[in-house]
Amino acid sequence: MSDLETFRAEARAWLEENCPAEMRTPAKGDEDVCWGGRNFVFQSEAQKLWLERCVAKGYTVPDWPKAYGGAGLSPQETKVLRQEMAKLGCRSPLNSFGIWMLGPALLKFGTEEQKVHYMGQIARGEIRWCQGYSEPGSGSDLVSMQTFGEDKGDHWVVNGQKIWTSYADKADWIFCLVRTDKTNKYQGISFLLFDMETPGVTTKPIKLISGNSPFCETFFDNVVVPKHQIVGELNRGWDVAKYLLGHEREMISGMGGDGGVTSIGAAMKAVLTEEPVLRAQMALFDVENLTFRAHGERFMDEWKTGKAHPAYSNLMKYVGTELNKKRNELVMSIGGTQALEWESERSNGGSKARNWLRTKANSIEGGTSEVMLNVVSKRILEMPGA
Amino acid sequence: MAMTLNDDQNMLRESARDFMASEAPVTHFRKFRDMGCKDGFSHGLWKQFAEMGFTGILIPEAEGGMGMGQIEAGIVLEEIGRNLSPSPFLTTSVAAVEALKLADKAMRDRWFPGILAGETVIGIAIEEGVKHRPEKIACVAERSGNGFRLTGQKQFVVQGTSSDMLIVAARTAGAVGETDGLTLFAVDKDAAGLSMEATRLVDSAMAAHVKLDGVQVNADAVIGDVDGGWAVLSKMLDAGRVGAAAEMVGVGTGAMDMTFDYLKTRKQFDRVIGEFQALQHRAAHLYGEMEGARSIVLKAQSLMDEGHAKAELYVAAAKAKAGLACNLAVREGVQMHGGIGMTDEYDIGLYMKRDRGLNEFFGDAYYHADRVATMNGY
Repeated sequence: MSDLETFRAEARAWLEENCPAEMRTPAKGDEDVCWGGRNFVFQSEAQKLWLERCVAKGYTVPDWPKAYGGAGLSPQETKVLRQEMAKLGCRSPLNSFGIWMLGPALLKFGTEEQKVHYMGQIARGEIRWCQGYSEPGSGSDLVSMQTFGEDKGDHWVVNGQKIWTSYADKADWIFCLVRTDKTNKYQGISFLLFDMETPGVTTKPIKLISGNSPFCETFFDNVVVPKHQIVGELNRGWDVAKYLLGHEREMISGMGGDGGVTSIGAAMKAVLTEEPVLRAQMALFDVENLTFRAHGERFMDEWKTGKAHPAYSNLMKYVGTELNKKRNELVMSIGGTQALEWESERSNGGSKARNWLRTKANSIEGGTSEVMLNVVSKRILEMPGA
Repeated sequence: MAMTLNDDQNMLRESARDFMASEAPVTHFRKFRDMGCKDGFSHGLWKQFAEMGFTGILIPEAEGGMGMGQIEAGIVLEEIGRNLSPSPFLTTSVAAVEALKLADKAMRDRWFPGILAGETVIGIAIEEGVKHRPEKIACVAERSGNGFRLTGQKQFVVQGTSSDMLIVAARTAGAVGETDGLTLFAVDKDAAGLSMEATRLVDSAMAAHVKLDGVQVNADAVIGDVDGGWAVLSKMLDAGRVGAAAEMVGVGTGAMDMTFDYLKTRKQFDRVIGEFQALQHRAAHLYGEMEGARSIVLKAQSLMDEGHAKAELYVAAAKAKAGLACNLAVREGVQMHGGIGMTDEYDIGLYMKRDRGLNEFFGDAYYHADRVATMNGY
């Protein structure tokens, strides 16, 4: 047996012994997902146990180094672990912007002290993070952002406003882009970390078309941030942000817990059989879906071996988000009038309709489809012009 | 396996790329088209394919071939597609060889040496209507003497009149629409009662309408099992499908690259037209489609090579996706070339014609999307 197959057997045995039965069923909506953090209330004893066991094993962040709370697994081992988790239907023990976004940025740009401190907190699910990027006047043109940190010697005083801050009202800390030099557009931004309980920080949820409020407006009024809470160099925060956006694009494009290859068509057979045109749309969607999963697999294999173009994640983000929107359009069409229900228990609180509306943001957040196509065209295809 | 090519496969790609570009580029295709060649391909080039080892790429090493898999065959096919190189490779070295690998030793010994030498061409006689419906085969093979008598007709037999042998699917039992009861036969081109009418297709390939008027074959002409031909047929068709998909990745990529070069050089309104965002977005979208097609084709090839249970599903998805993406590439190609895209002098139109032929070969995108739906349980 190869080392990888030995690992597979061990991982499977560990999961079978340690993952509680309740954690082998899909989460019932967003409230049923473990996000960790100071104020998190566990929904069940099983959820708490599953997190604790994974933390002890390093499996909340299996591919992070052991010194920073991970299990030190290789990319291949991590893939195997995820495959085994998918086979058993294990939930992710911990969802977190810290894991998906800040952690990888710290690993690349952080000091050793920051890695041990912040990544450890993330791995243990102690601190829930939010991301302060967009501003009311700076969406696709993010680099025009104005939130300003005035240099006061050993600290900055931050004033300004962020928008579309995911779960800012629930987060403990924020990683935030702050302008530290007004004379230099790209090289005048710093990447700061600070506590959301710092005096002067306020949040206001934004109600979306889905009826939910996953995003906030976040206001900074003379917020004091100590100098050691910067990641990377002064005024070079844009490098960190760009690196991190790459991760966000991968995350958004990689949606679908089981690898996403399972067709949703079989469960809808009764409707599809009676409506051949709808069935045909579903069939073409399945072709696109299988294609996207194979594409993602190829991209990851090329990425790991350094063969992928650095801008390729922009393409995956475009294709993946457009596909997810199409999937939800089909779910709504197949669901018919039942999918229109907004509040009933029968409709699980209108989950189909709300998810459908939520996915419309996929091709806006983290870089719009149009911006992704610009980047692909210019950087990969090397089309001329500004 | 990893979804990247290994060193050996990259070397094969380089040699296939160099070979096609120097020995069988689009000018080669034009030359044979313009002379009205009755075969639609060069026998000399087919010999050169043999010298490169391509013709026996799927034939086992023990029988003189290279013993490689669908990934390697696809590497050669992609370069064929990129250069529109006319050859019997897809029908003979991919589809026919996959069928013959399931035949008995005497039959393999009869046909493999000629294929390895680049002397033999084999036609695939499956289609009976204008669309691909293999389970609806109605051509009949009745037991007669020590063998069978074949009666019926076949269409779209690519390079049929250039073939030394036809692989004919016929019904030995069961009703039209059933997959049981089919049998595959190796029918010699000179068999009494076999007649062919050659016809030129839109992409200048030659195909034949075949009549089988009581063609007598011996029992040893059967490939695989009597009444159990579906197993052989499925393997042959899937190899042909994934092969055609790989060739379409080449055709689509060739058309796309040519179009992107044009966008970077053609000037209108005092600007290179590639500066216009309306074209940039379409170019980027097309690139994504072709990259997706390349990925699903590689996935399907590797699952076939592994003998994976899901291979059939992925082959269907790959043929469908490659067909859709390649079709987009040639349509965008002609449109973005503007007026000159409509001229015979420019190559882009030739890619459009080749795409059409390959899309129909062994089932179009809609046929295969339908199969994906069925295999996915709805």
